[in-house]
Amino acid sequence: MITTATILSGVAQGLIWAILTLGVYLTFRILDIADLTVEGTFPLGAAVTVVLINTGMSPAMAMFCALLAGAAAGFITGFLHTIFQIPAILSGILTMIALYSVNIRIMSDKATVALEQPSLKTWMLSLLPEGTVSNTVSIILGTVFCLLIVALLYYFFGTEIGCAVRATGSNQNMARSLGVKTDRVIILGLMISNALVALSGSLIAQLDYGSALVTMGQGTIVIGLASVIIGEVIFIRKDMNFALKLLAIIAGAVIYRTVIACALTFSFLKATDLKIITAVIVAFALALPVLQQKSAQRKLRRENAKKYDALIARELGGDTDA
Amino acid sequence: MLKMIQIEKSFNIGTINEKQIFNGLNLTIHDGDFITVIGGNGAGKSTMLNLIAGVHKADGGRIILDGEDLTYKNETQRAKYIGRVFQDPMMGTAPTMMIEENLAMAYRRTKRRTLAWGISQKERELYRESLAQLGLGLEDRMKTKVGLLSGGQRQAVTLLMATLQKPKLLLLDEHTAALDPATSAKVLQLSDRIIHEHGLTALMVTHNMQDAITYGNRLVMMNQGKIILDIKGEEKNKLTIEDLLHKFEDISGSKFASDSVLLGDR
Repeated sequence: MITTATILSGVAQGLIWAILTLGVYLTFRILDIADLTVEGTFPLGAAVTVVLINTGMSPAMAMFCALLAGAAAGFITGFLHTIFQIPAILSGILTMIALYSVNIRIMSDKATVALEQPSLKTWMLSLLPEGTVSNTVSIILGTVFCLLIVALLYYFFGTEIGCAVRATGSNQNMARSLGVKTDRVIILGLMISNALVALSGSLIAQLDYGSALVTMGQGTIVIGLASVIIGEVIFIRKDMNFALKLLAIIAGAVIYRTVIACALTFSFLKATDLKIITAVIVAFALALPVLQQKSAQRKLRRENAKKYDALIARELGGDTDA
Repeated sequence: MLKMIQIEKSFNIGTINEKQIFNGLNLTIHDGDFITVIGGNGAGKSTMLNLIAGVHKADGGRIILDGEDLTYKNETQRAKYIGRVFQDPMMGTAPTMMIEENLAMAYRRTKRRTLAWGISQKERELYRESLAQLGLGLEDRMKTKVGLLSGGQRQAVTLLMATLQKPKLLLLDEHTAALDPATSAKVLQLSDRIIHEHGLTALMVTHNMQDAITYGNRLVMMNQGKIILDIKGEEKNKLTIEDLLHKFEDISGSKFASDSVLLGDR
């Protein structure tokens, strides 16, 4: 049964996953790179946050460290890709695999580490009236973080350096000829993107899972891409303001999570079916432009056939007469 | 003044495909020179431009621009001094960015980029005036994405971008070769006008002998990595295509191989 609670939980999760989606959008659409580092950075953000909070660090400080850790991971991928010219996908995979070991080290050889000290959620609950549910906390914090990040990104991509990042993603050759140090710019873009992804992992660990899991990164790139594509297909129009585009991407993440939450209430679907559903959504969305073009072409052929078939038949008939 | 002294360049060094392009190339470009460069395929015209721009780096010799040694400086460091327009109209502009954003990128070619706003209202006025001078009506489409423009329009915008901050040297690498004849002529005239108005120093590679004769004050012909002809001033003004072909045959001892050089692209 789909209840209001189901939808609210979808929205709550969506707003936090939206931060990851924004990170994926930066690399995938602005830098034109499919960055698989994300799968390692997401649990990295969670692991760093949970372990540091458990040592007694304040949640804010722990989240800041998670952000830095994510940026460092992005730096490594960017370094491999630009300085050693390893293809972007492979650079991401290398960092992702390396992070698997790093994450287990951070989590002291455990696959799961639960939060034992007060987290951001505990702090937020103490501010809100008694009886506030966990979804409300996530929705409030998710909205605040999303709006803050959209504002920062909107500002950043309007600056001279931000324009250099966009130009590099659009045409590296042009950027270089205009004096942009494209290697540095790509590394910077990957650092920002992965910092966001780590922050998303950190928030998921605190607000949703209550723990960090080594395996929580699996499939995150596809989830991010699915959300980006849903946001684009439903909301994004050409020549849309950049801030609105980012909001559309957030909406995409919320819709994705809500649909998934609702789908999982059907008894014939198991939670483990999530990945194949996501993969199918992404594959379908990526195939959509090709399918649309083919169907448009078929339609045009049918129309032309209707118009000219009689004429062509006459023409051919005339030939046989002669 | 740009000096190329004893330039050596090979590609695929150490492999079976090793190919030497330059074995001691010398060229001095004086301030105010507008040099047209012609030569058959593989003569080294584009490689010469790429060596000047820093896309490729020389294996030996020196490249000196106004006393500064550029030989081992990379492309982005040289961008401060050099404006470029490429053969492919897609190469010089960012298609997903607006016309004004592309110009703003070019306006900052010589500066260090900061977290200041990427484009100011005052600049917009400057861009509007500059675009109006192209005579293509682009001044009213400054918020249009460059990807929506035609090849000729994009090439005109690229030309404007390359000269928005006056470069010490403007490199035009067959920049009209991919355009239709009418557009090609228009972009060429535009290039000529901008070069004269701003008193620029320019190097233009072309496959069209007539264009090479018509434009510029100096003509350089290349063959197999050597400069085999360097004509300037009065002597150049009197040149005809026949003269050039005869000179080529005399000096190189072979017929000019490529029809496109003789017939041009039109």
